[in-house]
Parts: sequence; structure tokens; C-alpha cells
Amino acid sequence: MSRADEAYLDYNATAPVRPEVAAAMAGALMLGGNPSSVHGRGRAARHAVEMARLALAEAVGASAADVTFVSGGTEANHLALHGMGLPRVIVSAIEHDSVRAARADAEILPVTRAGVADVAALALLLAGDPRPALVSVMLANNETGIVQPIARIAELVHAHGGLLHCDAVQALGKIPLDVKALGADLISLSAHKSGGPQGVGALVASPAIALLPSLRGGGQERGRRAGTENVPGIVGFGVAASLATGNLSAGEGARLAALRDAAERRLSALAPDAVIFGSGMERLPNTLCLALPGLPAATQVMALDLDGVAVSAGAACSSGKVRPSPVLLAMGVAPEVAASAIRISFGWGSTMADVDRLAESWGRLYRRAA
Amino acid sequence: MTPIYLDYHATTPADPRVVEAMLPWFTARFGNPHSTHAFGREAAAAVESARASVAALLGADPREIVFTSGATEANNLAIKGAFTFLAEETEEKRNGIVTLVTEHKCVLESCARLKKAGARVSVLPVRADGLVDLDLLAQAITSETALVSVMAVNNEIGVVQPLAAIGALCRERGVLFHTDAAQAAGRIALDVEAMAIDLLSISAHKMYGPKGVGALYVRRRPRVRLLPLIDGGGQERGLRSGTLPVPLCVGLGEAAGIAMREREAETARLLALRRRLFERLAEALPGIRLNGSEAARVAGNLNLAVPGLPAEALMAACPSLAFSTGSACTAAEVEPSYVLRALGIGDDLARSSIRLGLGRFTTEDEAERAAAEIIRAVLQIAR
Repeated sequence: MSRADEAYLDYNATAPVRPEVAAAMAGALMLGGNPSSVHGRGRAARHAVEMARLALAEAVGASAADVTFVSGGTEANHLALHGMGLPRVIVSAIEHDSVRAARADAEILPVTRAGVADVAALALLLAGDPRPALVSVMLANNETGIVQPIARIAELVHAHGGLLHCDAVQALGKIPLDVKALGADLISLSAHKSGGPQGVGALVASPAIALLPSLRGGGQERGRRAGTENVPGIVGFGVAASLATGNLSAGEGARLAALRDAAERRLSALAPDAVIFGSGMERLPNTLCLALPGLPAATQVMALDLDGVAVSAGAACSSGKVRPSPVLLAMGVAPEVAASAIRISFGWGSTMADVDRLAESWGRLYRRAA
Repeated sequence: MTPIYLDYHATTPADPRVVEAMLPWFTARFGNPHSTHAFGREAAAAVESARASVAALLGADPREIVFTSGATEANNLAIKGAFTFLAEETEEKRNGIVTLVTEHKCVLESCARLKKAGARVSVLPVRADGLVDLDLLAQAITSETALVSVMAVNNEIGVVQPLAAIGALCRERGVLFHTDAAQAAGRIALDVEAMAIDLLSISAHKMYGPKGVGALYVRRRPRVRLLPLIDGGGQERGLRSGTLPVPLCVGLGEAAGIAMREREAETARLLALRRRLFERLAEALPGIRLNGSEAARVAGNLNLAVPGLPAEALMAACPSLAFSTGSACTAAEVEPSYVLRALGIGDDLARSSIRLGLGRFTTEDEAERAAAEIIRAVLQIAR
């Protein structure tokens, strides 16, 4: 989804809403009605919300009763990290800011140089303290795309009597997601990273888990999250999740990987000194994180931007700030290398023409800088 | 036939102009406003323009507007955020909160939560007309009071609280004044300067904007400090992390702009419509009574007791009308409204009360038909 002269390659920041989603939302916007109202208009809104809950649940292998709609991934993470009341919190060193900032008191689980949560270190951390812990490890990293061994971590955490939270915001729609197989107790999702609207997300957790709400009021979402439901947003999320999951079954992952791999090959060929993070690792098929030592990330992002190519230097929330990626630093990447890393991420609207445009623009920049 | 919608307090239909303004931001112009590239900058500019519109509606500076997911979040942030900042970040030992018994659940629940954390919460009664007793409020504010939270317009009975008087009192006594203006924004004139308001919550879907977005006004001079509820990427000057939902912000901005331009004319029209509706009902049904002040009341609200007739029965007998018995959040509850009981209205009468909400798209013809339908139903059940 790019205008003719532009290439949008920042799908991990946000994705354009799919046309089917926009159509469903436009209908829901005009529908009106408060889902808590008992009259016909209210019941119609309630029905729309519950159908979307079912669609999302189905898309990720959960039960509808597990799904709590919230305003986005950040709120879902906040709710998970503040809602459990466990005496210890352990978060991995590569978590999104919304997880890291949620609990200043959290112990940090290191990652290996390969960018994977250090399972042996987690075992030691858990063994060192008998109190049950809430552990938070993301399914796929937003910067490198590296997929984390959640099922193994879940086993470890559960054996120790703790609970596992998994931020799956970047994974939804990019790799198959089955929350039951994942084994995590709490899973955060966001709509706008996979063709749904901004402003809506979900926390998936069994009703058997006692969750202390962060937002209190009218008791919506079975008391887990007060506030009038964002009906059009929720409807859009349901449609987007169904579409994304359906497309994955139809080979979307391979299509994205082909685009990403082509970009990786061409940029590596242009610049043999470029460093690719997570190459050869299990990672999201759409994500390419690459550093060109000596060429600051901000310079690359700006030069590409002038050519109409949108990429980012790390996470969007902090991309206004010039600092090396904490994710890469946590992997032991040297600060000067981390400071030259950019993230290129593909999505449902990306085509090989976008790869061409990226390679041309980046190639010019590389030759100028060399 | 589509029922006549008379539940504008529960939610308002999005204005078609709002929807039209939002749609391009879902698809063609979809950037993340926190990205630095062109897509992101375009989205950020749209968000800032929306922020300016919201600020203008409140007489505020755009830098004083924090987007949230709605009024529930804005109220939680205002009350918990201001309270925890004072408690945790300052030497002052102010731990008192003063509020009204008729506040929205999310204000009362936020206060109840803080009470568990050691806050001294005074929940004041209201007068029989639903308005705050200013003398009582003045007495309740002590040297320990941190915050006063009084809603601008009540969601059930539509009474308009004397915001300027409350603001002046709070300013004089050096305490923060928060107002939940979810039902007020776009319906009455709001001016954070003239009313000396420090914190003000709004919701888009109560003012013809989309669900899922609201805003909190946070005074800059003198600066009101809050601790955020939701940490993360540090958006909204650190007060509210999370990717800003661009289409929703644009929708709120457009709704605010329309309200600025059309509020006065719309209020006059709705007031005439409401008076006519009430006259028609009172004429045919002499026992009917209005709950709450008539004079200090938002234009589109009627909260009526029909003695002897349970509200549920009346609703069931009016299938062509969509109205409610009170707050939508508690629509399924069997308990009579706590707001009506606070006015000294007995349980039986409270159970016989209905809320009619008129709004931008209510026509004269619809109001006439609604009156006829209610009269028919009441007489039929009474027979």
C-alpha cells in the first residue's frame, strides 16, 4: 500500500487498514449504538462486538470468553503487567517499551547474542527465588523480528508456579498464532500492526485468571476493562484478524519472506559490510533489521524518506529520539553498530516494486557515503 | 422501520461529516504519527490539527490536550494520576478527594480504588434538584484536600453543575478541580479559564465523534502534574503511551470543530424540541414529573418519572423507541438508579423513571411520534 512514487516499508510501526476492514468499520461507524444499552440499537452494537470477539478468538485459537478488548497493545501490556498481583516480575531485555516501562521493579531476563531470551538464565532466575513470578517475553521482537521460544519458557515458568505474559503484537498476521499451543497465560494483541485500525487491541487470558482491572467504571468487558467499547474499532479488528489468518494459510508468510529475502540479498550485495540481525534465525518473515556501520541510522532514514521510502530506526514510539536501539544493545551489539541499524518491514500491501525502490535509494546513499 | 433513537446520552451516532473526515486516515494516509518519515509526519500533522480543534472547544492551549481511549480512561487518569503524583512525588500530605454521589461510575470507582490506597474520599450528597450544594462543598474542602471532581453535566438527569462557582472555590482554596465533561462537551459552553478548571475529561462518542477516543485537558499554568496510568513509548508527553489512533483523533477533532460552529443553534433547537415534548407528555399524563432541575439542565435531556408504571414495562410497550432507564453501563441492572435515589426519589418512583436523550439528528416529527407512542403506551398499560 504505497502511493505510486513511494514505498512504505514500516509495517512494524503501523500498517494501512485493509479495504475490507475499512468497509466494515465504515458500516459500524454509521450503525451507532452503545453495546451496553438494552434497546435494539444497543443490542445491534453488542452483537457486532461479540461477533468480532468470536472472530478474533477463532483467528488465534482462543475462546471468545478469553478476549478482553482494550485500546491497543500498550494498554494490553499494562493490564497484564499490573493485573496479576504476583510478588515478582521478570521481563526480557528486548521487550517493547510498554512492557519495560510498565514495571520499574522488574528483574531483567537477558537475551543471547543471537537475540533469543536466555532460557538457562531464566531457569536460574526462577530457581533463585521461590516466590511465583509473572514473566513477560514477547513472541516476536518488533525490531529484529526474532521469534522467542515461548512454549519452552511457558513450561519453565509454569513448573515454577508462575505465569507467563506474551506480547504477541508483532506476530499477529505475520506468523501462525495459536495461543493454546503457545502456552502463555496472558497474550497481548494489537489491531493496527496487521491491517486493522489504530486504537484497539486485546488481552487474551482465560476467565479463570484473576485480573485486576486498570480502568474502572461501568464494568464493561466483564469488569476487566471499563469504558464504552470502541465498536467500529473492534469490528475492524475482528475482520483484520480473520483476513490476516486466512491469508497466512494461503501463503502470505512465504510471499512476505520472498520480499524480505530479496531486499536482504540486494542490500547485502550492494554493501558487503552490512550486518543483518537475525539472519538464519527463526524470525518474522516480514522483518529485516540491518546495520551499516559508520552510517548513522537517522541519516539512512532521512535519505530514504527524501526518496519516498519509509523505514525506521527502531521502534516508532522512540524513533524521534536519536539513541542506539536498546534491543540491539541487549544482544551485545556494539553501540556504534546499533546506532547505524535500520528496520525494514513489509506487509500486506508490499510488492517487489517496493524492494526495487528501496534498493535503488539505499544503493545511492551507500555509494555517496562510501 | 428503524426505531426512533432517544438515547443520545448513551452514545451519539457519528456525524457523517466526522466519518468522512476519518476515512482517508484508515487507508490512504495511514502512517504511525510517531514515525519520522513522510507517512508519519502527515499523520502527526493531522493529530495536531485535531488537538488544536479540541483545545479551541475548551478554550485551552493544544499542549494541554492529552488524547485517551475515552472518558473512562480520561477520568481514571485525571483522578488517579493527580492523586498519585501528589502522594508520591511531593512533600504535601494532601490525601483528600471530594466528589458527588451522582458522578459517573468511572469517577466513583476511581475514587474507591484510591480509598483502598489510603485516600480520604468524601462523596457529597446533592440537592433535591441534582445540583451541588456549594456550602457543603466549601465545608468539605479542607487543608488535606487534593482534588475536587464534579461532573459538568449529569449523564442521567442532565443537570448542569455551576462549574465557574466550583472552579472559583477550588482556586481560592488551592485544590485541583477536575470535571467529567463527557456529557457537556459540545452541549454547553466550556471555558477552562473562565471556569478555573484544572482537569477536564471528554469523550468523542458523546459528541457525534467515534467511540474509542477521548481527551483529558491538563492545565499548564499553573502546571497540573499527573503520573501516567499507562507507560511505554512516552507518547502524549509521557502522560499516555501507545500509538495514537489517527483516524479516531481526527474524528474527535472534526466533532469538536462542528460543535464549536453549531452548538448554539443546536442547543436552541433542542431546547424547543424538549420543551414541546415535555409539554405534550405532561398534558396527556398529568402524573408525570421531571427528575432534576429544569432550569439548570442540558437541552437534550428529559428524565421523567411515570408514577406507578415500571420503566421496563414502558420500554417494552414502546418498541419503536430506543430510550433507556438510566446509564447504559448499568442498563442491565435491576437496582434503581443511584443518581435518582441521591435526589431523594424513592425506589418506586426511581424504578418508574425513564431517560429521553434528544440530539443533533432528532427531528420535530420524531419527537412528536415519540410523545404519541409514550402516551399511548402509558394509557394502555394503565387501563
